[in-house]
Amino acid sequence: MAKFVEKIKTFFNTKIRKSTHKRENIESDYVLETRELGITFGGLKAVQNVNLKIKKNQIYGLIGPNGAGKTTVFNLLTGVYQPTTGAFYLNGEDLTGLSQEKINQKGFARTFQNIRLFNNMTVVRNVMVGLSNQPEYNCTEIESVLRLPRHFKVEKTMRKRAKELLRIFDLEDERNNLACNLPYGKQRKLEIARALATNPKLLLLDEPAAGMNPNETEDLVKTIKYIRDNFDMTILLIEHDMKFVSGLCDEITVLNFGTVLAEGNTKEALNNPEVIKAYIGG
Amino acid sequence: MFKKFKINHYINYFVIAVALIVFAILSFTGGIDNSTTLLLERIAISIILAVSLSLVVGFLGELSLGHAGFMCIGAYIGGKVSALLAQTGIGDGIGNLIISLIVGAVAAAACGVVVGIPALRLRGDYLAIVTLAFGEIVKTLFQNSSDNSFGGLSGLSTPRYNKTTLFIIAFVVVLLTLAVIQNFIRSKHGRAVTAVRDNEIAARATGINVTKYKIMVFALSAAFAGIAGVIYSFSQNKVMYTHFDYNYSIEILVMVVLGGMGSINGSIISATLLTFFDEKLRLWISQDFSKTQLAQFLTTYVIKGDLAVFKDIIYALVLILIVIYNNSPSLKGLREKLNLKKLLSKLFKRKHDPSKVKDDEARWDVVPTKIEMDEVLSTDVVIDDMGDNSADIGERGGNK
Repeated sequence: MAKFVEKIKTFFNTKIRKSTHKRENIESDYVLETRELGITFGGLKAVQNVNLKIKKNQIYGLIGPNGAGKTTVFNLLTGVYQPTTGAFYLNGEDLTGLSQEKINQKGFARTFQNIRLFNNMTVVRNVMVGLSNQPEYNCTEIESVLRLPRHFKVEKTMRKRAKELLRIFDLEDERNNLACNLPYGKQRKLEIARALATNPKLLLLDEPAAGMNPNETEDLVKTIKYIRDNFDMTILLIEHDMKFVSGLCDEITVLNFGTVLAEGNTKEALNNPEVIKAYIGG
Repeated sequence: MFKKFKINHYINYFVIAVALIVFAILSFTGGIDNSTTLLLERIAISIILAVSLSLVVGFLGELSLGHAGFMCIGAYIGGKVSALLAQTGIGDGIGNLIISLIVGAVAAAACGVVVGIPALRLRGDYLAIVTLAFGEIVKTLFQNSSDNSFGGLSGLSTPRYNKTTLFIIAFVVVLLTLAVIQNFIRSKHGRAVTAVRDNEIAARATGINVTKYKIMVFALSAAFAGIAGVIYSFSQNKVMYTHFDYNYSIEILVMVVLGGMGSINGSIISATLLTFFDEKLRLWISQDFSKTQLAQFLTTYVIKGDLAVFKDIIYALVLILIVIYNNSPSLKGLREKLNLKKLLSKLFKRKHDPSKVKDDEARWDVVPTKIEMDEVLSTDVVIDDMGDNSADIGERGGNK
């Protein structure tokens, strides 16, 4: 019987790209550590040998020209793709090969390059969806359907927490508007708020400043620093705006054609001749 | 927890309960005839079907064309169980009905899980084809069953439940359906389901177990379709496979679409109205219209046999008109004039006051002023002023 249950479980968890990786935890001082992380699509080596080491409370940048594989790294880290080589660890715990929702529960939360909100839901509900995975807001379907006291308690505390989060992002007044009616900058903020609602240990931001005007970007820099300080958060971000990166990131990794071109201190890495060559060409 | 009792959330229960009480009193005093009770039973079945399908189509956002298939399973399995129970000591009373309802719901839910699994991999049209095929498979299976099992071509004989009380039970089941589905939707689980509809990728990244919710919604929706099927089998002397064809699935889908996707009250209203007009149109055609000269002309020169096909044609035309009215850009003005909310606010003399609109509502369509536009355009200049290497990279990297 147990074998049968196991079979059904594996059937439901089948991945398109099955990982043969065996998970083993390691000793690590870093919040995120990747070892030889790589993925190939057919013959194309999209990302190879990426070794990231991100310390606690660090803001870490991942930059590179278009098509360098930055977003692919994000997709690997959040379980959208299963890596063909290597592994990644959160505080030493191997998360390679887990499903997206499991990885999110373990403590990775991300935003997207092109904003992906729940457009037909109100702002506060967007955040509440993010909260729903937390153990303290646990409530089974039967409890909800029968409207047992737990349901009301959970709903109340969830709404309260969601409002608190929205207040931090200056979105409290818009909480009952549909997410799609927010202006661009606020949509970005809401996406970050929703990611934070899942109580992550590492926040992955994919081009958070894209399409923002200078005022909004400045505001975003403040917000990100605020998140790091007040949520005790570690942040990994992809960005093209070098002013933004150099003003915010403690360390960066530069990718080009799926491989690491330079890494380390932001200023040094940006002034690396290889990096300049990759960007300007020639 | 009762402080914020929202009347809007519960109004549908009240309306249905009041209607139920009124009709129940009428039926006990002999105020309504047989055909009306039949119509009421049909309406109750339609509401259960429409509300349960709206869970999949409106809230999960997947197109399902096999809802009649789930109903078919409920009707046949529940009907068979009730026929078997009627021979035992339980008889054909309320106990029989409850057991049959449960068995029918469980059987349909199990099939809902089977259909829910491909829904994890397939999108849109492809899933619609799978559900369509499922409905046809179910129908064909029962069509080809042996006389001893489900009756095959001649249909399954079921005990007809007491005519005067079945519609009351049916409406109680409607209330139960509403309670379960509304409570499910208005909880964290319902939010998760709508999140999957709005953006599945983001839902996964936000930690929602998409697999679980998709299968759960399909099973829940199928269970209530099965319950509707069991009630149908109790309202008939014989369950015929012909009733559960593709057209019936579409009919249920039309109820959901016309009522407005993601609106349970809309589904209830459109299910009631469509079933009502469907019945009235059928009566009109068979009684009044068939005596006219036009009908005689048509039966002699245009069509062969039954005039009932005109029912479907009129039905289709009305649907087309409603869809055009709802979606055509050129009718936007008319739609705004006939907007129900505006008409209601006029009726109650509540004037639309722009100063009382929340700032949030008004702010979004304001075009940026010239100064703000200048700031947006000056982005490049700011970066050039920095003068160091990183800024240079930034500009070019950004524009690449």
